[in-house]
Amino acid sequence: MLQVESLTKSFDGFLAVSGANLSVERGEIVAVIGPNGAGKTTLFKLITGHLRPDEGRIIFEGQSISGLRPYEVCRRGISLSFQVVNVFNRMTVFENVQVAVLSHQKKTRKLFSSSGRHGIEETEEILGNVGLADKARRVSGSLSHGDQKVLEMAIALGNRPDLLILDEPTAGMSPEETSVTIDLIHRLTRELGLTILFCEHDMELVFSIAHRIMVMQYGRSLIQGAPQEVRSNEEVQAAYLGGT
Amino acid sequence: MQRGPFNWKTLWPYAAVFAALLFLPMALSRFYIYITAVIYVTALLAMSLNMVVGHGGLYQFHHAAFYGVGAYTCALILVRTELPAWVAFAAAPFAAAFTGLLIGWFCVRLNKLYFGMLQISLGSLLWAIVFRWYDLTGGDDGIHGVPIPDAISTINTSYYFILLVLAACVSVMYLIYRSPFGKTLQAIRDNPERCEAVGINVRRHQLMGIVVATFFAGIAGVLFVVVEGSVFPDLLFWVLSLEVFIMCLLGGWFTFAGPMVGAAVTVALRTFVGTYTEYWTLILGVILILLIFFLPEGVMGFIIEKVQGGEAEE
Ligand SMILES: Nc1ncnc2c1ncn2[C@@H]1O[C@H](COP(=O)(O)OP(=O)(O)OP(=O)(O)O)[C@@H](O)[C@H]1O
Ligand SMILES: [Mg+2]
Repeated sequence: MLQVESLTKSFDGFLAVSGANLSVERGEIVAVIGPNGAGKTTLFKLITGHLRPDEGRIIFEGQSISGLRPYEVCRRGISLSFQVVNVFNRMTVFENVQVAVLSHQKKTRKLFSSSGRHGIEETEEILGNVGLADKARRVSGSLSHGDQKVLEMAIALGNRPDLLILDEPTAGMSPEETSVTIDLIHRLTRELGLTILFCEHDMELVFSIAHRIMVMQYGRSLIQGAPQEVRSNEEVQAAYLGGT
Repeated sequence: MQRGPFNWKTLWPYAAVFAALLFLPMALSRFYIYITAVIYVTALLAMSLNMVVGHGGLYQFHHAAFYGVGAYTCALILVRTELPAWVAFAAAPFAAAFTGLLIGWFCVRLNKLYFGMLQISLGSLLWAIVFRWYDLTGGDDGIHGVPIPDAISTINTSYYFILLVLAACVSVMYLIYRSPFGKTLQAIRDNPERCEAVGINVRRHQLMGIVVATFFAGIAGVLFVVVEGSVFPDLLFWVLSLEVFIMCLLGGWFTFAGPMVGAAVTVALRTFVGTYTEYWTLILGVILILLIFFLPEGVMGFIIEKVQGGEAEE
Protein backbone atom coordinates (compact mmCIF):
# COMPACT_ATOMS: atom_id res chain seq x y z
CA MET A 1 0.00 0.00 0.00
CA LEU A 2 2.72 2.46 1.03
CA GLN A 3 6.37 2.23 0.06
CA VAL A 4 8.97 4.71 1.19
CA GLU A 5 12.35 4.33 -0.49
CA SER A 6 15.61 5.99 0.54
CA LEU A 7 13.86 9.12 1.69
CA THR A 8 16.10 12.01 2.71
CA LYS A 9 15.39 15.38 4.28
CA SER A 10 17.85 17.83 5.74
CA PHE A 11 17.30 21.04 7.68
CA ASP A 12 20.14 23.49 7.07
CA GLY A 13 22.55 20.66 6.42
CA PHE A 14 21.34 18.58 9.36
CA LEU A 15 20.07 15.21 8.13
CA ALA A 16 16.79 14.63 9.97
CA VAL A 17 15.83 11.72 7.72
CA SER A 18 18.49 10.03 5.66
CA GLY A 19 17.78 7.17 3.31
CA ALA A 20 14.81 5.85 5.26
CA ASN A 21 12.86 2.87 3.97
CA LEU A 22 9.45 1.76 5.08
CA SER A 23 6.60 -0.35 3.77
CA VAL A 24 3.03 -0.74 4.92
CA GLU A 25 0.63 -3.35 3.58
CA ARG A 26 -3.13 -2.97 3.57
CA GLY A 27 -4.73 -3.98 6.87
CA GLU A 28 -1.45 -3.87 8.73
CA ILE A 29 -0.44 -2.00 11.86
CA VAL A 30 3.11 -0.76 11.50
CA ALA A 31 5.00 0.96 14.29
CA VAL A 32 8.02 3.22 13.95
CA ILE A 33 10.23 3.39 17.01
CA GLY A 34 13.40 5.25 17.77
CA PRO A 35 14.91 7.63 20.30
CA ASN A 36 13.96 11.32 20.51
CA GLY A 37 15.07 13.18 17.45
CA ALA A 38 15.40 10.03 15.36
CA GLY A 39 13.29 11.61 12.64
CA LYS A 40 9.94 9.88 13.11
CA THR A 41 7.83 13.02 12.99
CA THR A 42 9.83 14.31 10.06
CA LEU A 43 9.23 11.04 8.22
CA PHE A 44 5.47 11.29 8.78
CA LYS A 45 5.40 14.90 7.65
CA LEU A 46 7.28 13.96 4.52
CA ILE A 47 4.76 11.24 3.73
CA THR A 48 1.79 13.57 4.28
CA GLY A 49 3.21 16.44 2.26
CA HIS A 50 3.83 18.88 5.10
CA LEU A 51 7.51 18.71 4.24
CA ARG A 52 9.12 18.19 0.85
CA PRO A 53 11.67 15.40 0.56
CA ASP A 54 15.14 16.22 -0.79
CA GLU A 55 15.52 12.76 -2.25
CA GLY A 56 13.78 9.41 -2.37
CA ARG A 57 10.40 8.09 -3.34
CA ILE A 58 7.02 7.77 -1.65
CA ILE A 59 4.62 5.42 -3.42
CA PHE A 60 1.02 5.09 -2.27
CA GLU A 61 -1.34 2.65 -3.99
CA GLY A 62 1.11 2.39 -6.88
CA GLN A 63 1.45 6.13 -7.46
CA SER A 64 4.12 8.57 -6.42
CA ILE A 65 2.86 11.07 -3.88
CA SER A 66 6.08 12.85 -3.06
CA GLY A 67 5.90 16.59 -3.60
CA LEU A 68 2.10 16.70 -3.41
CA ARG A 69 0.51 19.34 -1.19
CA PRO A 70 -0.93 18.08 2.14
CA TYR A 71 -4.53 18.44 0.99
CA GLU A 72 -3.79 16.37 -2.10
CA VAL A 73 -2.17 13.62 -0.04
CA CYS A 74 -5.19 13.65 2.27
CA ARG A 75 -7.55 13.26 -0.66
CA ARG A 76 -5.60 10.19 -1.77
CA GLY A 77 -6.60 8.58 1.53
CA ILE A 78 -3.87 9.29 4.09
CA SER A 79 -4.70 11.14 7.31
CA LEU A 80 -2.24 12.36 9.89
CA SER A 81 -2.90 12.79 13.59
CA PHE A 82 -0.25 15.19 14.87
CA GLN A 83 2.14 14.60 17.74
CA VAL A 84 1.69 18.15 18.98
CA VAL A 85 -2.03 18.87 19.33
CA ASN A 86 -3.07 20.75 16.23
CA VAL A 87 -6.82 21.31 16.34
CA PHE A 88 -9.24 24.18 15.64
CA ASN A 89 -9.04 25.91 18.99
CA ARG A 90 -11.95 28.31 18.72
CA MET A 91 -14.39 25.78 17.35
CA THR A 92 -16.39 23.17 19.18
CA VAL A 93 -15.35 19.54 19.32
CA PHE A 94 -18.22 18.74 16.99
CA GLU A 95 -17.18 21.39 14.45
CA ASN A 96 -13.57 20.20 14.58
CA VAL A 97 -14.55 16.78 13.30
CA GLN A 98 -17.30 18.10 11.05
CA VAL A 99 -14.80 20.17 9.07
CA ALA A 100 -12.91 17.01 8.16
CA VAL A 101 -16.15 15.21 7.32
CA LEU A 102 -17.33 18.10 5.12
CA SER A 103 -13.97 18.12 3.39
CA HIS A 104 -14.22 14.39 2.76
CA GLN A 105 -17.74 14.80 1.37
CA LYS A 106 -16.57 17.68 -0.85
CA LYS A 107 -19.13 20.03 0.67
CA THR A 108 -16.82 22.79 1.88
CA ARG A 109 -17.87 25.11 -0.91
CA LYS A 110 -21.58 25.06 -0.16
CA LEU A 111 -22.53 28.68 0.50
CA PHE A 112 -26.25 28.82 1.07
CA SER A 113 -27.25 25.86 3.17
CA SER A 114 -26.85 25.40 6.89
CA SER A 115 -23.88 23.42 8.10
CA GLY A 116 -26.38 21.90 10.55
CA ARG A 117 -27.62 19.76 7.66
CA HIS A 118 -24.38 18.27 6.44
CA GLY A 119 -22.14 15.55 7.78
CA ILE A 120 -24.00 15.38 11.08
CA GLU A 121 -24.44 11.63 11.37
CA GLU A 122 -20.91 10.85 10.28
CA THR A 123 -19.53 13.30 12.81
CA GLU A 124 -21.70 11.97 15.60
CA GLU A 125 -20.64 8.44 14.76
CA ILE A 126 -16.94 9.30 14.99
CA LEU A 127 -17.38 11.21 18.25
CA GLY A 128 -19.28 8.23 19.65
CA ASN A 129 -16.54 5.88 18.52
CA VAL A 130 -13.76 7.80 20.22
CA GLY A 131 -15.81 8.61 23.31
CA LEU A 132 -16.09 12.36 22.90
CA ALA A 133 -19.85 12.46 22.29
CA ASP A 134 -20.62 14.03 25.65
CA LYS A 135 -18.11 16.83 25.01
CA ALA A 136 -19.28 17.58 21.47
CA ARG A 137 -20.39 21.12 22.26
CA ARG A 138 -17.31 22.15 24.22
CA VAL A 139 -14.86 24.54 22.61
CA SER A 140 -11.89 22.37 21.79
CA GLY A 141 -9.37 24.77 23.29
CA SER A 142 -10.93 24.15 26.71
CA LEU A 143 -10.45 20.36 26.68
CA SER A 144 -7.87 18.54 28.74
CA HIS A 145 -4.68 17.55 26.94
CA GLY A 146 -5.72 13.91 26.82
CA ASP A 147 -9.07 14.75 25.25
CA GLN A 148 -7.38 17.01 22.73
CA LYS A 149 -5.14 14.13 21.66
CA VAL A 150 -8.23 11.98 21.18
CA LEU A 151 -9.82 14.81 19.20
CA GLU A 152 -6.66 14.89 17.06
CA MET A 153 -7.36 11.32 16.12
CA ALA A 154 -11.08 11.95 15.63
CA ILE A 155 -10.34 14.72 13.13
CA ALA A 156 -8.04 12.41 11.22
CA LEU A 157 -10.83 9.82 11.14
CA GLY A 158 -13.21 12.40 9.70
CA ASN A 159 -11.62 11.90 6.31
CA ARG A 160 -12.29 8.15 6.37
CA PRO A 161 -8.66 7.44 5.55
CA ASP A 162 -7.38 4.21 4.06
CA LEU A 163 -4.14 4.78 5.91
CA LEU A 164 -4.18 6.47 9.30
CA ILE A 165 -0.88 7.85 10.56
CA LEU A 166 -0.68 8.47 14.30
CA ASP A 167 2.28 10.43 15.62
CA GLU A 168 2.60 9.40 19.27
CA PRO A 169 -1.13 9.05 19.96
CA THR A 170 -0.66 8.66 23.73
CA ALA A 171 2.01 11.32 24.24
CA GLY A 172 1.34 13.26 27.45
CA MET A 173 -1.63 11.13 28.47
CA SER A 174 -2.27 9.80 31.93
CA PRO A 175 -2.02 6.00 32.37
CA GLU A 176 -5.82 5.65 32.34
CA GLU A 177 -6.18 7.77 29.21
CA THR A 178 -3.41 5.75 27.61
CA SER A 179 -5.15 2.45 28.17
CA VAL A 180 -8.45 3.85 26.84
CA THR A 181 -6.64 5.07 23.75
CA ILE A 182 -4.95 1.72 23.22
CA ASP A 183 -8.36 0.04 23.34
CA LEU A 184 -9.60 2.59 20.85
CA ILE A 185 -6.78 1.86 18.41
CA HIS A 186 -7.48 -1.86 18.74
CA ARG A 187 -11.15 -1.29 17.99
CA LEU A 188 -10.42 0.95 15.02
CA THR A 189 -8.36 -1.72 13.35
CA ARG A 190 -10.73 -4.54 14.16
CA GLU A 191 -14.03 -2.84 13.39
CA LEU A 192 -13.11 -0.39 10.66
CA GLY A 193 -10.34 -2.45 9.14
CA LEU A 194 -8.03 0.56 9.15
CA THR A 195 -4.42 0.40 8.14
CA ILE A 196 -2.36 2.21 10.75
CA LEU A 197 1.16 3.58 10.78
CA PHE A 198 2.16 4.99 14.13
CA CYS A 199 5.08 5.89 16.31
CA GLU A 200 5.21 5.64 20.04
CA HIS A 201 7.69 5.59 22.91
CA ASP A 202 5.58 3.21 24.98
CA MET A 203 7.21 -0.15 24.09
CA GLU A 204 4.45 -2.15 25.70
CA LEU A 205 1.91 -0.56 23.39
CA VAL A 206 4.16 -1.00 20.38
CA PHE A 207 4.85 -4.66 20.95
CA SER A 208 1.24 -5.40 21.85
CA ILE A 209 -0.41 -4.09 18.73
CA ALA A 210 2.12 -3.74 15.91
CA HIS A 211 2.31 -6.39 13.22
CA ARG A 212 5.62 -5.05 12.08
CA ILE A 213 8.06 -2.57 13.56
CA MET A 214 10.50 -0.22 11.89
CA VAL A 215 13.38 1.11 13.95
CA MET A 216 14.86 4.53 13.25
CA GLN A 217 18.04 6.09 14.49
CA TYR A 218 19.78 9.29 13.36
CA GLY A 219 17.31 9.55 10.51
CA ARG A 220 18.17 6.11 9.14
CA SER A 221 15.89 3.09 9.17
CA LEU A 222 17.82 0.26 10.84
CA ILE A 223 15.40 -2.56 10.24
CA GLN A 224 11.76 -3.34 9.58
CA GLY A 225 10.34 -6.66 10.68
CA ALA A 226 8.06 -8.65 12.95
CA PRO A 227 8.21 -7.80 16.68
CA GLN A 228 10.25 -10.88 17.65
CA GLU A 229 12.68 -10.26 14.87
CA VAL A 230 13.16 -6.66 15.98
CA ARG A 231 13.45 -7.62 19.61
CA SER A 232 16.20 -10.10 18.90
CA ASN A 233 18.13 -7.90 16.49
CA GLU A 234 21.52 -7.06 17.98
CA GLU A 235 21.91 -3.74 16.30
CA VAL A 236 18.56 -2.60 17.66
CA GLN A 237 19.37 -3.86 21.12
CA ALA A 238 22.58 -1.92 21.12
CA ALA A 239 21.03 1.19 19.70
CA TYR A 240 17.76 1.46 21.45
CA LEU A 241 16.21 -1.27 23.46
CA GLY A 242 19.17 -1.43 25.78
CA GLY A 243 19.08 -5.19 26.17
CA THR A 244 15.43 -5.66 27.13
CA MET B 1 -27.62 20.96 17.42
CA GLN B 2 -29.25 23.68 15.41
CA ARG B 3 -30.21 22.39 11.99
CA GLY B 4 -32.05 25.24 10.29
CA PRO B 5 -30.14 28.34 9.25
CA PHE B 6 -32.33 30.76 11.21
CA ASN B 7 -33.27 30.27 14.81
CA TRP B 8 -35.78 32.64 16.40
CA LYS B 9 -34.34 32.26 19.81
CA THR B 10 -31.15 33.99 18.79
CA LEU B 11 -32.54 36.13 15.99
CA TRP B 12 -35.44 37.96 17.57
CA PRO B 13 -33.25 40.79 18.91
CA TYR B 14 -32.11 41.50 15.37
CA ALA B 15 -35.68 41.41 14.08
CA ALA B 16 -36.72 43.83 16.83
CA VAL B 17 -33.88 46.22 16.01
CA PHE B 18 -34.80 46.07 12.33
CA ALA B 19 -38.45 46.88 13.08
CA ALA B 20 -37.40 49.82 15.23
CA LEU B 21 -35.13 51.13 12.49
CA LEU B 22 -38.07 51.11 10.08
CA PHE B 23 -39.75 53.74 12.22
CA LEU B 24 -36.65 55.80 12.86
CA PRO B 25 -37.13 58.40 10.09
CA MET B 26 -40.33 59.56 11.76
CA ALA B 27 -38.41 60.55 14.85
CA LEU B 28 -35.29 62.05 13.31
CA SER B 29 -34.34 65.22 11.48
CA ARG B 30 -33.03 65.07 7.93
CA PHE B 31 -29.43 65.32 9.07
CA TYR B 32 -29.71 62.37 11.43
CA ILE B 33 -31.53 60.27 8.89
CA TYR B 34 -28.64 60.95 6.55
CA ILE B 35 -26.06 60.02 9.21
CA THR B 36 -27.96 56.83 9.97
CA ALA B 37 -27.98 55.92 6.30
CA VAL B 38 -24.22 56.52 6.18
CA ILE B 39 -23.88 54.20 9.17
CA TYR B 40 -25.78 51.48 7.30
CA VAL B 41 -23.55 51.80 4.26
CA THR B 42 -20.44 51.67 6.42
CA ALA B 43 -21.90 48.80 8.42
CA LEU B 44 -22.34 46.75 5.26
CA LEU B 45 -18.76 47.56 4.25
CA ALA B 46 -17.47 46.51 7.67
CA MET B 47 -19.56 43.33 7.64
CA SER B 48 -18.18 42.41 4.23
CA LEU B 49 -14.63 42.97 5.43
CA ASN B 50 -15.21 40.87 8.51
CA MET B 51 -16.21 37.88 6.39
CA VAL B 52 -12.55 37.54 5.45
CA VAL B 53 -10.83 39.21 8.40
CA GLY B 54 -12.80 37.94 11.38
CA HIS B 55 -14.18 34.73 10.00
CA GLY B 56 -11.48 33.98 7.45
CA GLY B 57 -8.38 35.20 9.31
CA LEU B 58 -7.03 37.01 6.25
CA TYR B 59 -5.08 40.25 6.43
CA GLN B 60 -7.42 42.06 4.08
CA PHE B 61 -5.73 45.44 4.54
CA HIS B 62 -7.15 47.31 1.59
CA HIS B 63 -10.81 46.46 1.49
CA ALA B 64 -11.86 50.01 0.59
CA ALA B 65 -10.36 49.50 -2.86
CA PHE B 66 -13.19 47.12 -3.73
CA TYR B 67 -15.78 49.40 -2.18
CA GLY B 68 -14.45 52.19 -4.38
CA VAL B 69 -14.53 50.00 -7.48
CA GLY B 70 -18.18 49.25 -6.76
CA ALA B 71 -19.05 52.90 -6.19
CA TYR B 72 -17.18 54.11 -9.29
CA THR B 73 -18.65 51.37 -11.49
CA CYS B 74 -22.14 52.34 -10.41
CA ALA B 75 -21.54 56.08 -10.77
CA LEU B 76 -19.81 55.81 -14.14
CA ILE B 77 -22.57 53.69 -15.66
CA LEU B 78 -25.22 56.08 -14.35
CA VAL B 79 -23.39 59.17 -15.58
CA ARG B 80 -21.79 58.04 -18.81
CA THR B 81 -24.26 55.59 -20.29
CA GLU B 82 -27.93 55.43 -21.15
CA LEU B 83 -28.27 52.04 -19.47
CA PRO B 84 -31.06 51.62 -16.95
CA ALA B 85 -30.13 52.23 -13.33
CA TRP B 86 -30.55 48.62 -12.26
CA VAL B 87 -27.74 47.65 -14.64
CA ALA B 88 -25.44 50.05 -12.83
CA PHE B 89 -26.54 48.68 -9.47
CA ALA B 90 -26.07 45.08 -10.55
CA ALA B 91 -22.78 45.61 -12.38
CA ALA B 92 -21.04 47.25 -9.41
CA PRO B 93 -20.82 44.20 -7.09
CA PHE B 94 -19.64 42.04 -9.97
CA ALA B 95 -16.95 44.56 -10.90
CA ALA B 96 -15.86 44.65 -7.25
CA ALA B 97 -15.85 40.85 -7.00
CA PHE B 98 -13.87 40.55 -10.23
CA THR B 99 -11.30 43.00 -8.87
CA GLY B 100 -11.27 40.93 -5.69
CA LEU B 101 -10.60 37.82 -7.74
CA LEU B 102 -7.71 39.47 -9.62
CA ILE B 103 -6.01 40.99 -6.58
CA GLY B 104 -6.85 38.03 -4.37
CA TRP B 105 -5.36 35.60 -6.87
CA PHE B 106 -1.94 37.13 -6.21
CA CYS B 107 -2.45 37.78 -2.51
CA VAL B 108 -3.46 34.25 -1.42
CA ARG B 109 -0.07 33.06 -2.60
CA LEU B 110 1.49 34.94 0.29
CA ASN B 111 1.16 34.49 4.02
CA LYS B 112 -0.32 36.75 6.64
CA LEU B 113 1.39 40.13 6.69
CA TYR B 114 2.83 39.67 3.21
CA PHE B 115 -0.68 39.08 1.98
CA GLY B 116 -1.68 42.40 3.57
CA MET B 117 1.30 44.28 2.19
CA LEU B 118 0.71 43.07 -1.34
CA GLN B 119 -2.94 43.97 -1.09
CA ILE B 120 -2.11 47.48 0.09
CA SER B 121 0.23 47.89 -2.87
CA LEU B 122 -2.22 46.60 -5.45
CA GLY B 123 -5.12 48.52 -3.90
CA SER B 124 -3.09 51.72 -3.87
CA LEU B 125 -2.31 51.13 -7.51
CA LEU B 126 -6.05 51.14 -8.16
CA TRP B 127 -6.39 54.32 -6.15
CA ALA B 128 -3.61 55.95 -8.20
CA ILE B 129 -5.34 54.96 -11.43
CA VAL B 130 -8.63 56.48 -10.27
CA PHE B 131 -6.82 59.55 -9.03
CA ARG B 132 -4.86 60.13 -12.27
CA TRP B 133 -7.26 59.04 -14.97
CA TYR B 134 -8.89 62.40 -15.17
CA ASP B 135 -10.87 61.81 -18.37
CA LEU B 136 -12.68 58.80 -17.03
CA THR B 137 -12.96 59.37 -13.30
CA GLY B 138 -12.70 63.10 -12.92
CA GLY B 139 -9.46 62.65 -10.96
CA ASP B 140 -9.40 64.11 -7.48
CA ASP B 141 -12.61 66.06 -8.12
CA GLY B 142 -14.53 62.84 -8.37
CA ILE B 143 -17.96 62.65 -9.97
CA HIS B 144 -20.80 64.70 -8.61
CA GLY B 145 -24.51 64.88 -9.24
CA VAL B 146 -24.87 61.23 -10.14
CA PRO B 147 -28.48 60.77 -11.29
CA ILE B 148 -30.23 58.52 -8.78
CA PRO B 149 -33.55 56.91 -9.81
CA ASP B 150 -36.49 59.03 -8.60
CA ALA B 151 -37.94 56.28 -6.48
CA ILE B 152 -34.97 56.35 -4.10
CA SER B 153 -33.68 59.88 -4.51
CA THR B 154 -35.19 61.57 -1.46
CA ILE B 155 -33.58 61.22 1.92
CA ASN B 156 -36.46 59.15 3.28
CA THR B 157 -36.80 56.76 0.36
CA SER B 158 -33.06 56.27 0.08
CA TYR B 159 -33.02 55.51 3.81
CA TYR B 160 -35.53 52.70 3.36
CA PHE B 161 -33.81 51.39 0.26
CA ILE B 162 -30.46 51.24 2.04
CA LEU B 163 -31.93 49.68 5.17
CA LEU B 164 -33.66 46.95 3.14
CA VAL B 165 -30.56 46.18 1.11
CA LEU B 166 -28.50 46.07 4.30
CA ALA B 167 -30.99 43.71 5.94
CA ALA B 168 -31.06 41.45 2.88
CA CYS B 169 -27.27 41.40 2.62
CA VAL B 170 -26.80 40.70 6.32
CA SER B 171 -29.28 37.82 6.12
CA VAL B 172 -27.38 36.29 3.23
CA MET B 173 -24.10 36.85 5.07
CA TYR B 174 -25.54 35.06 8.07
CA LEU B 175 -26.53 32.16 5.85
CA ILE B 176 -22.99 32.01 4.51
CA TYR B 177 -21.53 32.38 8.01
CA ARG B 178 -23.35 29.25 9.09
CA SER B 179 -22.89 27.31 5.85
CA PRO B 180 -20.34 24.57 5.29
CA PHE B 181 -18.25 27.15 3.46
CA GLY B 182 -18.50 29.56 6.39
CA LYS B 183 -17.43 26.86 8.80
CA THR B 184 -14.54 25.92 6.57
CA LEU B 185 -13.39 29.53 6.41
CA GLN B 186 -13.50 29.75 10.22
CA ALA B 187 -11.49 26.55 10.41
CA ILE B 188 -8.91 28.06 8.07
CA ARG B 189 -8.72 31.11 10.32
CA ASP B 190 -8.14 28.89 13.35
CA ASN B 191 -5.58 26.60 11.80
CA PRO B 192 -4.71 26.66 8.11
CA GLU B 193 -2.12 23.91 8.47
CA ARG B 194 -4.65 21.52 9.90
CA CYS B 195 -7.14 22.45 7.19
CA GLU B 196 -4.67 21.39 4.51
CA ALA B 197 -4.15 18.19 6.46
CA VAL B 198 -7.85 17.35 6.27
CA GLY B 199 -7.91 17.83 2.53
CA ILE B 200 -8.97 21.45 2.19
CA ASN B 201 -7.37 23.54 -0.53
CA VAL B 202 -6.79 26.54 1.70
CA ARG B 203 -5.84 29.06 -0.97
CA ARG B 204 -8.82 28.26 -3.14
CA HIS B 205 -11.21 28.71 -0.22
CA GLN B 206 -9.53 31.94 0.81
CA LEU B 207 -9.84 33.26 -2.71
CA MET B 208 -13.49 32.29 -2.80
CA GLY B 209 -13.98 34.11 0.51
CA ILE B 210 -12.37 37.22 -0.93
CA VAL B 211 -14.61 37.13 -3.98
CA VAL B 212 -17.74 36.85 -1.82
CA ALA B 213 -16.58 39.59 0.56
CA THR B 214 -15.64 41.99 -2.22
CA PHE B 215 -18.99 41.35 -3.88
CA PHE B 216 -20.70 42.70 -0.77
CA ALA B 217 -18.20 45.58 -0.62
CA GLY B 218 -19.37 46.43 -4.14
CA ILE B 219 -22.97 46.53 -2.94
CA ALA B 220 -21.88 48.89 -0.17
CA GLY B 221 -20.29 51.03 -2.89
CA VAL B 222 -23.63 51.23 -4.70
CA LEU B 223 -25.36 52.29 -1.49
CA PHE B 224 -22.75 55.00 -1.02
CA VAL B 225 -23.63 56.42 -4.42
CA VAL B 226 -27.32 56.29 -3.53
CA VAL B 227 -26.85 58.22 -0.31
CA GLU B 228 -24.22 60.72 -1.48
CA GLY B 229 -24.90 61.07 -5.19
CA SER B 230 -21.17 61.40 -5.77
CA VAL B 231 -17.88 59.49 -5.72
CA PHE B 232 -14.28 60.56 -5.13
CA PRO B 233 -10.87 58.86 -4.90
CA ASP B 234 -10.86 58.87 -1.09
CA LEU B 235 -13.23 55.91 -1.31
CA LEU B 236 -10.28 53.79 -2.41
CA PHE B 237 -7.75 55.37 -0.07
CA TRP B 238 -5.95 53.18 2.43
CA VAL B 239 -7.02 55.38 5.36
CA LEU B 240 -10.60 54.27 4.83
CA SER B 241 -9.45 50.64 4.74
CA LEU B 242 -7.76 51.15 8.07
CA GLU B 243 -10.87 52.72 9.52
CA VAL B 244 -13.05 49.82 8.41
CA PHE B 245 -10.52 47.36 9.79
CA ILE B 246 -10.70 49.12 13.14
CA MET B 247 -14.51 48.97 13.02
CA CYS B 248 -14.26 45.18 12.85
CA LEU B 249 -11.85 45.07 15.78
CA LEU B 250 -13.92 47.56 17.74
CA GLY B 251 -17.19 45.74 17.23
CA GLY B 252 -15.72 42.31 17.77
CA TRP B 253 -14.32 40.46 14.81
CA PHE B 254 -15.06 36.99 16.10
CA THR B 255 -18.74 37.81 16.39
CA PHE B 256 -21.19 37.98 13.52
CA ALA B 257 -22.88 41.35 14.04
CA GLY B 258 -20.05 43.14 15.84
CA PRO B 259 -18.74 45.09 12.83
CA MET B 260 -22.08 46.87 12.53
CA VAL B 261 -21.70 48.09 16.09
CA GLY B 262 -18.13 49.12 15.30
CA ALA B 263 -19.33 51.00 12.22
CA ALA B 264 -22.03 52.83 14.15
CA VAL B 265 -19.62 53.90 16.88
CA THR B 266 -16.92 54.97 14.42
CA VAL B 267 -19.21 56.92 12.10
CA ALA B 268 -20.92 58.63 15.03
CA LEU B 269 -17.58 59.60 16.54
CA ARG B 270 -16.23 60.80 13.22
CA THR B 271 -19.33 62.93 12.67
CA PHE B 272 -19.31 64.59 16.06
CA VAL B 273 -15.62 64.62 16.94
CA GLY B 274 -14.72 65.47 13.35
CA THR B 275 -16.54 68.79 13.65
CA TYR B 276 -14.36 69.84 16.59
CA THR B 277 -10.95 68.65 15.51
CA GLU B 278 -8.97 67.75 12.42
CA TYR B 279 -7.12 65.04 14.23
CA TRP B 280 -9.73 62.38 13.65
CA THR B 281 -7.16 59.73 12.73
CA LEU B 282 -5.28 60.44 15.93
CA ILE B 283 -8.42 59.79 17.95
CA LEU B 284 -8.99 56.62 15.97
CA GLY B 285 -5.49 55.52 16.95
CA VAL B 286 -6.19 56.19 20.63
CA ILE B 287 -9.43 54.21 20.40
CA LEU B 288 -7.50 51.31 18.89
CA ILE B 289 -4.98 51.32 21.71
CA LEU B 290 -7.68 51.44 24.39
CA LEU B 291 -9.43 48.63 22.58
CA ILE B 292 -6.43 46.35 22.59
CA PHE B 293 -6.06 46.81 26.33
CA PHE B 294 -9.65 46.80 27.53
CA LEU B 295 -11.84 45.04 24.97
CA PRO B 296 -9.67 42.57 23.07
CA GLU B 297 -12.79 40.75 21.84
CA GLY B 298 -14.54 43.96 20.80
CA VAL B 299 -17.78 45.51 22.02
CA MET B 300 -20.00 42.74 20.73
CA GLY B 301 -17.65 40.02 21.91
CA PHE B 302 -17.71 41.64 25.34
CA ILE B 303 -21.51 41.75 25.42
CA ILE B 304 -21.90 38.18 24.24
CA GLU B 305 -19.43 37.02 26.84
CA LYS B 306 -21.42 38.80 29.56
CA VAL B 307 -24.75 37.50 28.32
CA GLN B 308 -23.60 33.93 27.81
CA GLY B 309 -21.32 33.81 30.82
CA GLY B 310 -23.86 31.87 32.83
CA GLU B 311 -25.12 29.63 30.03
CA ALA B 312 -21.79 28.57 28.56
CA GLU B 313 -20.84 26.36 31.47
CA GLU B 314 -22.37 23.02 30.66
N1 LIG C 1 11.66 22.28 11.01
C1 LIG C 1 12.85 21.85 11.50
N2 LIG C 1 13.95 22.62 11.37
C2 LIG C 1 15.14 22.20 11.84
N3 LIG C 1 15.34 21.03 12.44
C3 LIG C 1 14.28 20.22 12.60
C4 LIG C 1 12.98 20.58 12.14
N4 LIG C 1 12.13 19.58 12.43
C5 LIG C 1 12.85 18.65 13.04
N5 LIG C 1 14.16 19.01 13.15
C6 LIG C 1 15.21 18.21 13.74
O1 LIG C 1 15.20 16.95 13.10
C7 LIG C 1 15.44 15.91 14.04
C8 LIG C 1 14.34 14.90 13.95
O2 LIG C 1 13.17 15.47 14.49
P1 LIG C 1 11.80 14.68 14.61
O3 LIG C 1 10.81 15.60 15.19
O4 LIG C 1 11.47 14.07 13.32
O5 LIG C 1 12.17 13.56 15.67
P2 LIG C 1 11.22 12.51 16.35
O6 LIG C 1 11.78 11.17 16.04
O7 LIG C 1 9.82 12.75 15.99
O8 LIG C 1 11.46 12.83 17.88
P3 LIG C 1 10.44 12.74 19.10
O9 LIG C 1 10.40 11.32 19.53
O10 LIG C 1 11.07 13.61 20.15
O11 LIG C 1 9.13 13.26 18.63
C9 LIG C 1 15.56 16.57 15.40
O12 LIG C 1 16.93 16.66 15.73
C10 LIG C 1 14.97 17.94 15.21
O13 LIG C 1 15.64 18.87 16.02
MG1 LIG D 1 8.16 13.28 16.92
